[in-house]
Amino acid sequence: MRPLAPLQNAPASMHGAFLFSVLTCAAVGRRLLQSIQLIQFAFLLALFAGCRPLPPADLVLHNGREPETIDPHLLTGQADGRIGSALFEGLTRYDPVSGNAIAGLAQGWTLSPDGRTYTFQLRTNAAWSTGKAITSTDVVWSWQRAVNPLTAADYASQYFYVENGEAICNGTERDPGKLGVRALGPHTLEVRLVNPTPFFLELLASRVFAIVPRETLEKYGDQWIRSPGLPCSGPYTLEFWRVNDRIRLRRNPHYWDATNVQSAVVDVLAGDSAHTTLNLYLTGAVDFIIDKDMFPTELAEALRERPDFHRYDYLGSYFIRFNTTRKPFDDPRVRRALGLVINRQRIVGRITRMGERPASHIVPDGTGGYHPPAGLEEDATTARRLLAEAGFEGGKGFPSFEYSFNAETKLHEHIGVEIQAAFREQLGIRMELRPLEWKTYLNNMSKLDYDLMRSSWIGDYNDPNTFLDLFLSTGGNNRTGWRDEVYDQLIQAANATLERQPRFELLAKAEARLLNVGAPIVPLFSYVGFYALDTNRVAGVHGNLLDEHPFWAIRRIPR
Amino acid sequence: MKLIRRLLAIPLLVWIVATLAFFLMRAAPGGPFDRERAPASREVEAALQARYHLDESLGRQYLRFLAGLVQGDLGPSFKYRHHTVNDILAQALPVSLTLGWLAFGTALGIGIPTGFIGAVHRGRWPDWAGSFLVLAGVCIPTFVLAPLLVLIFSLRLGWFPVALWGSIPQVLLPTFALGLYFAARVSRLLREGLSETLRAPFILTARAKGLGEFELLLRHALRPSLLPVVSYCGPMLADLLTGSFVIERVFQIPGTGAFFVNSFFSRDYPLMVGLVIVYSALLLLLNLATDFAYRWLDPRTRHA
Repeated sequence: MRPLAPLQNAPASMHGAFLFSVLTCAAVGRRLLQSIQLIQFAFLLALFAGCRPLPPADLVLHNGREPETIDPHLLTGQADGRIGSALFEGLTRYDPVSGNAIAGLAQGWTLSPDGRTYTFQLRTNAAWSTGKAITSTDVVWSWQRAVNPLTAADYASQYFYVENGEAICNGTERDPGKLGVRALGPHTLEVRLVNPTPFFLELLASRVFAIVPRETLEKYGDQWIRSPGLPCSGPYTLEFWRVNDRIRLRRNPHYWDATNVQSAVVDVLAGDSAHTTLNLYLTGAVDFIIDKDMFPTELAEALRERPDFHRYDYLGSYFIRFNTTRKPFDDPRVRRALGLVINRQRIVGRITRMGERPASHIVPDGTGGYHPPAGLEEDATTARRLLAEAGFEGGKGFPSFEYSFNAETKLHEHIGVEIQAAFREQLGIRMELRPLEWKTYLNNMSKLDYDLMRSSWIGDYNDPNTFLDLFLSTGGNNRTGWRDEVYDQLIQAANATLERQPRFELLAKAEARLLNVGAPIVPLFSYVGFYALDTNRVAGVHGNLLDEHPFWAIRRIPR
Repeated sequence: MKLIRRLLAIPLLVWIVATLAFFLMRAAPGGPFDRERAPASREVEAALQARYHLDESLGRQYLRFLAGLVQGDLGPSFKYRHHTVNDILAQALPVSLTLGWLAFGTALGIGIPTGFIGAVHRGRWPDWAGSFLVLAGVCIPTFVLAPLLVLIFSLRLGWFPVALWGSIPQVLLPTFALGLYFAARVSRLLREGLSETLRAPFILTARAKGLGEFELLLRHALRPSLLPVVSYCGPMLADLLTGSFVIERVFQIPGTGAFFVNSFFSRDYPLMVGLVIVYSALLLLLNLATDFAYRWLDPRTRHA
């Protein structure tokens, strides 16, 4: 990696600053008027001393917040993931058009008749950015590293579908070598699964299955990603990383598909002000705003009309969690009653206003070709009846309770107010709003220290299971206290079914049970994403449910 | 002697502040690795806690922190996992320092001449014009001023880039936006100081002796009038050098301001404590420097 460049180059700019301070002190002395001219002079001098402009990049993307980590196995954020995918690839990768998995480092695969053993053929021209070949032992080592609990990868749970993956991650199996993956030859790999897993190839495109360089990791430890000459398996290499400013990527000349990598040098900017990002885009300093959180919602009405702002459906759901371990929310009738009085149309039409789809189901429409069942739609009469059956006729005797939400944006509060009004007017019950700071919110959620809580979930892969397995009794992300054996059995049965249609039917049955019988959650709407892109200026970006836009496919159109 | 005594007190004070920050941060609910997604398993969570020594008792963690501090190692950042706190400071601090110095220069470069002119032409139009500017500078908060400057000079006129850091044009707007408020304060202090000095008997004496107006103002009147400005310089410089969250956010400048705010929200204990240490040391040093500059400018304080 190259050392830091302009104005971050400490010695140069400090030199300028020192000179400047001397002159400033002189100004405070006697020769005031002359010295003021000197100040102006010093001002410019200090700047020249520190400045050596960067050579421009071929493509400038705004990626939202500063990445926390770009280690593909450790990263969890979407912004981090985009860079992780640019640097490291797995057996499959995301298709730039649909976002579905297509062949990556593997050129082909076969599946055994029982649907439990994959045999992958690696590309013979797959190579690290150093030129060294990528072989099946690299894949085996990378996967063993990701699943090892000592690596502490949050997404290690994606390996639970692979034989022994769960046991290794839980520490019941101490030897990561027992993971169900082995090299049959330098370019042949066998993967054994616990159950037939219809979405396994989709999973393989996610970062936690990426191939990472063993020697570098063993040599540099935690700092490996910033080591000099970092070997990369993906389309790009890391040129430099300036915290809170940008990451510069350069095309990996040894990438197997290097000829299709559209832009040679890509700058990935980091920043957390949506307005500044918009200004950068409007003045042409940024080619493409890739992160949907960098959309200034206050300007939604005006920006939605622009031809270069594109809306797309997004694999995410907004919902309310009930704490089913607390009275009176331990009674499913109470939960259903509350879910039946929410007017979703008002929420998306008057509060969120970005074109979200109201949804009474947790799995967004269109996820992997699945059709979600209907959940609790607005029906105040039934709601009042259910509440009366639970012993709270007209809301009498219903204890006061709280609706917790994270308070970084006003949006969650406005939705809370809407729900509060519905409960009061339709059911005669009182709810207080409880804004929380982010970490407190997360802490309260995982400790089940809440009554009702705003929640959301973003899918990891294009299959309904990414939403439905949250609410398994043993799921670490359940966080409602709800346990239902029938639900667990339905999900397990579905995921052991190879054929698509019968599997989806079982999943739909499970989802219907979740929404209408147990009702530990009330979904409100499915998310939408927005991206700013002038199609006359940039090519290779396609809206898709997964919001995956691989950098290698994107290029600036020459004017 | 006094200088040495006060210099020696600085590490002690910094240590006290750092200790407070260390324990207060850990008293806040939630931890650095609480996320929306639950960890894959208890072992994964335990490994993460163990890697950053969060599984140890608070006392041990504190001793570990002190041991690192003595060696100048502020530890790893919990949020930015490939960077140590030292790495982050080495990258972000020079940016904030550069911006702060330049804004400091702007504050003095604008504030001193306008204050000077205001006092000399007291009650006439240059004074009114200056006062108007000063009032505007003090009243308009940076979070209004900065976007306004961007709107006018970048988006409408296209003279400057809207944001980012790395070239001279990119530096000018944030410097001005950050420096203007302080320029206004400096201007007001100098105008009051100089007006008062000009009424003093020794000025009358100097005039009676036939001293030229120019020399009178610059040589005799200005020096004592600068005292309030100098005493303001210490806190002003500390304020400027430690980075401005608002300015850095609006102009997407990779300084320390954003880290200071975000490290608390993300419970990045070492980064937060590291920044507190740097800020408090800077503040104490600058206060000390101010006191000594004061003694140098005003002989009366030397014998007090």
